[in-house]
Amino acid sequence: MTPQTNLRAKAEEQAARLPALLARAEHLAGAVLLGAHGRRRAGLGDDFWQYRPAQYGDSRRMIDHRRSAMGDQEYVREREWQIAQSVMLWVDQGASMRFASTKDLPDKADRARLLGLALSVLLIRGGERVGLTGTALPPRRGNPQVLRLAEMLTQDDPTDYSPPEHRAMIPHARAVFISDFMGDLEAVKLALTKAADRGVRGILYHVLDPSEEAFPFTGRTIFESMGGTLSHETLKANDLKSRYLERLAARKQELSELCALTGWQYGLHHTDASAQSALLWLYGALDARQGAAA
Amino acid sequence: MTILGGIGFTTPWILTALLALPILWLLLRAVPPAPIRRRFPGVALLLGLKDAETVSDRTPWWLLLLRMLAVAAIILGLAGPVLNPEEDQAAGTGPLLIVLDGSWAGAARWQQQSQAIEAQLVRAGRAGRTVGILTLTRPDQPAFQSADVWRNRLAGFTPAAWQPAPIALDKTRAIIGELPAFDTIWFSDALDYPGRAALLSDLQTKGTVEVFQTAANVLAIAPATYQDSVVKLNVQRALAGPARSVILQAEGRDPAGNARILATAEATFESGAALAEAELSLPAELRARITGFAIAGQRSAGAITLVDDALRRREVALIGGRNDQEGLQLLSPLHYIEQALQPTADLIDGSLTDVLPANPDVIVLADIATVSDAETQPLLDWIDKGGMLVRFAGPRIAASDISRIDEDPLMPVRLRAGGRSVGGAMSWGEPKALAAFRETSPFFGLRVPDDVVVTAQVVAQPDPTLANRVIAALSDGTPLVTRKAVGQGQIVLFHVTATAEWSTLPLSGLFVEMMERLAVSSASAAPKAKDLAGTTWTPLRVMDGYGALFDAGNLPGVDGADLVAAPAGPAMRPGIYGSGDSRLARNVFNQDSDLTPASWPVGVPVRGLAVAPEQPIAGLLLSLSILLLLADVVATLSLSGRLLRRNAPALALAVLLPALGWTTPAEAQDNTDDFALAATVDVSLAHVITGDRQLDDIAFAGLQGLSDILFFRTSVEPAPPTSVDLEVDELAFFPILYWPITPDQPRPSSEAYGKLNAYLRSGGLILFDTRDADISRYGAASPNGRKLRELAAPLDIPPLEPLPVDHVLTRTFYLLQDFPGRHSSRDLWVEAAPPDAERIEGMPFRNLNDGVTPVVIGGNDWAAAWAVRGDGAPLLPVGRGYAGERQRELANRFGVNLVMHVLTGNYKSDQVHVPALLDRLGQ
Repeated sequence: MTPQTNLRAKAEEQAARLPALLARAEHLAGAVLLGAHGRRRAGLGDDFWQYRPAQYGDSRRMIDHRRSAMGDQEYVREREWQIAQSVMLWVDQGASMRFASTKDLPDKADRARLLGLALSVLLIRGGERVGLTGTALPPRRGNPQVLRLAEMLTQDDPTDYSPPEHRAMIPHARAVFISDFMGDLEAVKLALTKAADRGVRGILYHVLDPSEEAFPFTGRTIFESMGGTLSHETLKANDLKSRYLERLAARKQELSELCALTGWQYGLHHTDASAQSALLWLYGALDARQGAAA
Repeated sequence: MTILGGIGFTTPWILTALLALPILWLLLRAVPPAPIRRRFPGVALLLGLKDAETVSDRTPWWLLLLRMLAVAAIILGLAGPVLNPEEDQAAGTGPLLIVLDGSWAGAARWQQQSQAIEAQLVRAGRAGRTVGILTLTRPDQPAFQSADVWRNRLAGFTPAAWQPAPIALDKTRAIIGELPAFDTIWFSDALDYPGRAALLSDLQTKGTVEVFQTAANVLAIAPATYQDSVVKLNVQRALAGPARSVILQAEGRDPAGNARILATAEATFESGAALAEAELSLPAELRARITGFAIAGQRSAGAITLVDDALRRREVALIGGRNDQEGLQLLSPLHYIEQALQPTADLIDGSLTDVLPANPDVIVLADIATVSDAETQPLLDWIDKGGMLVRFAGPRIAASDISRIDEDPLMPVRLRAGGRSVGGAMSWGEPKALAAFRETSPFFGLRVPDDVVVTAQVVAQPDPTLANRVIAALSDGTPLVTRKAVGQGQIVLFHVTATAEWSTLPLSGLFVEMMERLAVSSASAAPKAKDLAGTTWTPLRVMDGYGALFDAGNLPGVDGADLVAAPAGPAMRPGIYGSGDSRLARNVFNQDSDLTPASWPVGVPVRGLAVAPEQPIAGLLLSLSILLLLADVVATLSLSGRLLRRNAPALALAVLLPALGWTTPAEAQDNTDDFALAATVDVSLAHVITGDRQLDDIAFAGLQGLSDILFFRTSVEPAPPTSVDLEVDELAFFPILYWPITPDQPRPSSEAYGKLNAYLRSGGLILFDTRDADISRYGAASPNGRKLRELAAPLDIPPLEPLPVDHVLTRTFYLLQDFPGRHSSRDLWVEAAPPDAERIEGMPFRNLNDGVTPVVIGGNDWAAAWAVRGDGAPLLPVGRGYAGERQRELANRFGVNLVMHVLTGNYKSDQVHVPALLDRLGQ
């Protein structure tokens, strides 16, 4: 293949990926019915929240005379707090995510991007501002942001295990980290504690391939990481299975403990499971935490 | 050669490599199976994990054993192992003479003997001895050469059809006497012959003598005799052993002239008997066809006895002048001749007209003067075809005017009137005795008894030809028996009566012998030497040691006495000898000869011929090692878990396929069946694969185009065309074969030509296309035309002619007179019309061949005109414009006509269609 055609083929492949991801994400998001997205507390907003008796200190201008005229007591009309939230997304773009054990399964990166973008679509439709952690794409609202997100999400990172991006986190924003968390846990811990320091809460979403859970290998094998930087040779792979699974369980345990400590939520997803349920869980988790935090 | 445990090794030092096996064991043990590389993101979790067990990294012991066995097999194989090595027992030094009896007695086991000789030559070669080979039946100065030279020439030694003759033995002893000392190995045929002991002692003076001889019995069959209407056969064996029966086969020609076994008989040797007898009762017709008897399963000259005239019974028709009269039996003119011929000939009675259709060998006319005109011509025809007419004189002939002025066609000479009478009461002189027979006479050598006298006779006229025609004369020179050749037959006249009236000849034994010599009768017993003295016999067919008959070529003739008495030898070969019309078989084994087994003095080691042949087993071991290594591949793959992975089936197949190579014939069979099915479900046009890719493609496309046209226009709905490989494919399925000619296509094999001829005979048609009609008229020597001639030469093609205007090909479907293809030459050759084909008045065409012409030859490159592309459009241009399209249309019509001609034969030649055709022709 000549360099030109090669370049062209790659370019088309890249270009083709974007609308596809977008379309799939829109499609996925369209299946989720948006419920009431109020903040369920009084605040600045257009929607009515409640009437409460006027208290001392309320300015007179706040008295709702239409309601107060119905009785002797004076009422104040409160509106629901409708301030838009910032949600910061981090989808692992590392090489380790580009793994699928069989041809029938999507690779982890694909699933993670799909979930991330679909979640973004949902949030943006709900009026939230969505962006990426780090400085590349700060949270904004509106449909153009979805396009920008899609573009950013399709950029591969050549490093094997990329650490969570924790810079430039907006205080009290929300965050969603989607990764396989196979890399160094210290980086995750650092990111989470830093986020907790800034009052950022969110979700750690753990995406794994079924083979990573099952470890169905036998015989003499050299295991290599996707980028080829790590390798491990064993003479009897099936012998390692139990110990590998122990380590994996320990990692999950550690992650959920970390989440509990920092007030985050931990979710686990396998690529052979339905993306729809994962998206529902993610959306619900984000919503529930907001409610809980309120 | 080193021998270890019964197995010899040609290069034993390689065996030292076996010492390296334990080292290999250690090395192979340490190498674990090759790992698989896997991409796995979870590797981060694996880092630092140690394998719990360390044993599994070693190759399993059974795999190691497999590999060790493979390596050991290679080492052993390279060391050149030999099973049954010839042991070098006391291998002498100095020259070695191998003496062969080389007689027919060894022919049955000649192969075995050759192997034994070869084994000895190999041994001598290994010991570096020079070898000479001396055949006693054909002694020659032996050349002492290296054993390898003799091994190459060993196939040239064949057994002779005789035993070592005393002369040959004398010559051998003279040769041996001059040679320096040598050791002897004597391959004996297990039969004794005179002079053997003397030769043995001569050989023993030169060195050690070792004898090899077969333990099998020598069988021989004596000439058949005919007694009491059965054929008697005697079989002898050299060693009288346990009871045994042999099958005897009577060989001869069937009425079609093919050699076959006409009858079999079983001869059983009683236990302890050396002689067995068998009897065969056969009808005369069958008996006359027998050419020899053979012992089944014994391939030697002694086991075959040839049959000459002894079994042949001639049919003799006797016609007497007075058979309608009653008379005393002793006065019958036929009495004496009947008595003389009865034992050896089949006699036929009847009138001449009755007898002639039976086609007897001989007709005897006793004193019959005139033969009617109606009988003369058939009789002359019969003589002309080889019949023998024997006439006896008598009073009637003497009284008649037959052959008086002009020579009668049924008489050998002219006769004087009246005859003469000597020594009677009314005449002078003594009765005349017979003169000795001259050399040119067939009776030469017969002794004339003194008491044979002639008192009366008819006398021949002196003619210029008379001297040549006299074969017996009286002592005064008067002809007594005259003979004339007519065509292939002859007329013989005895100038005396067949009774004792005119001479005492019919009373004597000479009369019987003369009849035998004239082949009127055949000898009832084997002739004695004195009977044949003075005759010369030329060999017609001679036998070799195996008993096969060969044309004698220009071997010199032999004396009759020698033929019976002299021992067989290079100058006196067994076979069939002929003299005139007589045939005499000289057999290897005679009634009075016997088989004496050879006995050797104590001290001469005698060994059998059976050699356990040296059998190199290197190949066996090496292939075993390959099999083991293949098994190792499979085992290694399965160990490392790759055997059952996605690509593994293909891999395993690739490994196992060579081992399963024997399954392919079954597939080939299936292919043949598939081919037959595909070709016969529908009519399929076929073309011959020429090897020129482009040409073959055009031929295929052409037939495809023609098939389409047939489909559209006619009721023929052909299947797609077939490309036929003449060497492989069966042709019988195809009605027509299109054969384009290129100058460089390979000639089909003779098997392929056999198939082609069978195809042509069974009604197939081949359309030869030289494709060069634009540059060469047919008959001009273009390269394609020359190639066509070369290709078609072995084919069974009838006479050809240019296609006549009324050939059925011009009207089988379309009415055509031109047959263009891509070229538009008019020349088209088909089977010639029968010469008697005539045009009937009022008919537009002749009634020609009653069948399909087997070949159509032309050069118009029809396939190119018919050829279509996949979408049905013409593949190649034809001509220009509308004229070109018209030419293509005519080419298509020719194709339709041709296929119709093949499929319907001469249907359109049927005159029933004439009115309709006339109507269409507008006549």
